[in-house]
Amino acid sequence: MDFAFSEEQEMLRTAARSWLKAQYPPDRAAGLADSEQGWDPQSWRELERLGWLDPDLSMLEYAVLAEEAGYALYPGPWWSTVGLAGPVLGRLPSTPTTLAWADSAAADLRSAAISTETTATDSGGTWTLSGTKLLVPDLAISESVLVVAAAEGGTGIWRLDVPTDAVLPVSTMDKTRRLAELRLDSAAAELIVEPGAAGNALATVRRRSVALLSCEAVGIAQWALDTSSTHAKERLQFGRPIGSYQGVSHQVADVYTSLQLSRSLAYRAAWAVDTGAEDVEEAVTVAAVAAGPCAVQACESAMQVLGGIGFTWDHPLHRFYKRAQWITGFDGTGQSRRAEIAAALLDP
Amino acid sequence: MDFRDTIDEAEFRAGLRRWLADTLPADWAQRPPTFGQQLEERRAWTRKLFEAGYAGLTWPNEYGGAGRPYSHQAIFLEEAGRVEAPEHIGVIGLGMAGPTIRIHGTEAQKKQHLSAILSGDTIFCQGFSEPGTGSDLASVSTRAELDGDSYVVNGQKVWSSWAHIADYCILLTRSDPAERGHRGMTYFLLDMRTPGVEVRPLRQITGDPEFNEIFLSDVRVPIEDVVDVPGNGWNVAMTTLLNERGTLGYALTSQLEGSLRRLVQTVKAVGAADDPVVRDTVASLYVELEGLRYTNFRSLTTLMKTGAPGPEGSVSKLCWSETNQRLTSFALELLGTEAQLDGDGSLWAGFWQFQQLRSRGNTIEAGTSEVLRNIIAERLVGLPRSR
Repeated sequence: MDFAFSEEQEMLRTAARSWLKAQYPPDRAAGLADSEQGWDPQSWRELERLGWLDPDLSMLEYAVLAEEAGYALYPGPWWSTVGLAGPVLGRLPSTPTTLAWADSAAADLRSAAISTETTATDSGGTWTLSGTKLLVPDLAISESVLVVAAAEGGTGIWRLDVPTDAVLPVSTMDKTRRLAELRLDSAAAELIVEPGAAGNALATVRRRSVALLSCEAVGIAQWALDTSSTHAKERLQFGRPIGSYQGVSHQVADVYTSLQLSRSLAYRAAWAVDTGAEDVEEAVTVAAVAAGPCAVQACESAMQVLGGIGFTWDHPLHRFYKRAQWITGFDGTGQSRRAEIAAALLDP
Repeated sequence: MDFRDTIDEAEFRAGLRRWLADTLPADWAQRPPTFGQQLEERRAWTRKLFEAGYAGLTWPNEYGGAGRPYSHQAIFLEEAGRVEAPEHIGVIGLGMAGPTIRIHGTEAQKKQHLSAILSGDTIFCQGFSEPGTGSDLASVSTRAELDGDSYVVNGQKVWSSWAHIADYCILLTRSDPAERGHRGMTYFLLDMRTPGVEVRPLRQITGDPEFNEIFLSDVRVPIEDVVDVPGNGWNVAMTTLLNERGTLGYALTSQLEGSLRRLVQTVKAVGAADDPVVRDTVASLYVELEGLRYTNFRSLTTLMKTGAPGPEGSVSKLCWSETNQRLTSFALELLGTEAQLDGDGSLWAGFWQFQQLRSRGNTIEAGTSEVLRNIIAERLVGLPRSR
C-alpha cells in the first residue's frame, strides 16, 4: 500500500505549477478566454519543451499535469490531445488533436459506438466521411480530428486534418474549452480503428478522459479553496478578518473536506487506469461523481465568501466555475453515473 | 503509488483471513448483525485477539504488541470489518490511553498498562469532559492538589464511555488554579477502584448505559500516576485527542462498509431495489464511503512516512459521522411504519433502530462537528482563530 506520487512525479508537478504561474496568471487566462482564438498556440511548443507531450509519460504523470492545468485553467487542447485522441491512436499525437464522437443520435461515448448517423464509405481504398458531429471539444484549435463513424463492418474511427470550412463554432459558457460542430460531406479520411472495433477504443477514451477531468476538477477546486481562504484571511469586516466568523470558516472547512475525498478518488482513478485494475470502470465513475460536483461546490462557496467581487466578469472565478460545470456534464450526468454505481451494487 | 498489497501485506492478510475463518463460529456469516456493547462477547474475543497476536499490531513487542507496520493494522480493520468480527473491548485504551502512555509515560507506566490494555485485563475510560467543560477543554475545573506524595482530586466528570466497567481512567485536572487556559493542568492514570471514585451510568437514547458520570471526592492519586510532568496535562491531552482521531478513521470506515452492505440487503428485502430515488441515494452513500476509504489510504501513507497521525484525522471523522447519520436514517426510512418495531419482529432485531439512534452521538463524541470544522479551518486551511 503506497498512496503517494513519486519524487519524480512531484518534481514534474512543481515545474508545471511554476511555469503555469508565470505564464498564466489569472488575468492572462481571462484575456485569452475573451480572445478570438481562445488560446496561445505558441504554448504548444512550451508544453513539448516541458515534457507534457513526452511519449513515455504514464497516466499518473498525466494526472499530475491535468490537476495543475486545472489549477491555472490553462486554455489549450492538451486534455483533448492526451485524453481523447491519445487513447484512440495508442500513442500521443505531436500536434493538437481532438475526437468527434457525438451527433444528433449519440450524446456520450457509449452511444457513439452504436450510432449510424455519420457514415464512412470505402471507395476503392479511399475512405470518405459524411455527417455532422456535435459538441467537439477544442475543434477550432486542433490540427487534426478523429471521427467516429459507421461503415458496413460496424463503427470505426478515422482521422483527417481539420477542414476549417467544415468547422462551425458554437457559443459556450466556458470560453476556455470551446465546442464546435464538424460538418462533413464526403471528406477524405484515413482509417485508424477498423470498423467494428470502435467500442473498445471509445471505452479506453472514456476511462482516460474522465479520470483526467476528475484530476482537473481537483485542481479547480484547490484554486477556488485557495482563493476563498486568502480572501477570508485578508478581508476585514466589523474589525475582524471574515475568516474568523464560523459562518464563513465552516463553509471553507466543508470545501476542504470534500476536496480531500475527491482528491483521493481522482488519484485512485488515475492509478486504476494506469494499471488496468479490475475495478477501473467503477473507480473512474466514482471519481467523476465526486470530483466534478466538488469543483462546482468549491467555486460556488468561493463566490459566496468573496461577495460581490467574485460575481463580476473581471474576477477570474467565473471562468473556473464554468469549467467546473463543463466537467460535470462531460459524457454523462451525476444521475446517470450514480445509476451505473447503483446497478453494480443492487442488480444481480 | 500502488494500492496492491506488498508480498508481506498479502501474507499477513491471508493468514488473518484463515485465522478469522477458523476462530469465528461456523455459522457466523449467517447470524444477524450484533449491536450495542456486547461486553461478554467482546471480552472473550479480545483474549483471542491478544493470544493470536492481533491486538496492538503496531505496538512494540516489549509491551505486548506485534511491532508491525501501520498497513497491517489497516488490513486487520478491513478484514475484521468485512466479516463483522466483534471488536476489541479496550476502545479507549487502544486508541487513546495506550498511545499517550507510549509517548509521555514512564517506563513503569508502560510496563503496567500497555500489555494489559491489549489483553483486555485493563479497560480504560476517559475523564476529560465535565458538566461545565465540553468542547472548551481548557476550562476543566476538577481540582488536583498536591498533599505529600499524592494528589487529592475533587470534581465531576461526565460522558465517560465505559467508566462502568473500567479499571483505569485517563483523567485531566486543573492542578494550579492560579494558571489559566492551557497551563496548570495535570494528567493522571486513575485507578477506578480508589476510594472516593463513584460511577453513575447514564442511559443513552438507545437505552444502553454506554457512558457515565464520575464523581471524585477526596480521591488520593499517587504522584507516580501523573503522566508526563505535573502542569503539562494540556499537551498530553492533545496527544490523546490526535491519536483518537488519527487512528479512528480506518475502524469507522470499515464499520461503514458493513453498514452499506446491510443497507443493500435492506433495500432488496423491502422491495425497493427498482426505485430510482432509492438507487440514487445508495449510490451517493457508496461514493462517500469510497471517498473515505481512499482518503484513509492517503492518510495511512502519510502516517507510515511520518510516524504520527496528523490533523487530517479530523476530516475523516467529520465526514464519517455525517455519512453514517445519513445512511442509518435512510435505512430506517426504507422500513416505513415498521421502522417503529425494534424487537424480535423487526429486521435483524432492531439493528437499524439502534444504529440510527446511536449515530446521532457521532457528531458530538470525539470532537463535535463544530470543533472539527474549527480545526480544519484553522489548522489545515490556515484561517484566523474564531475566538
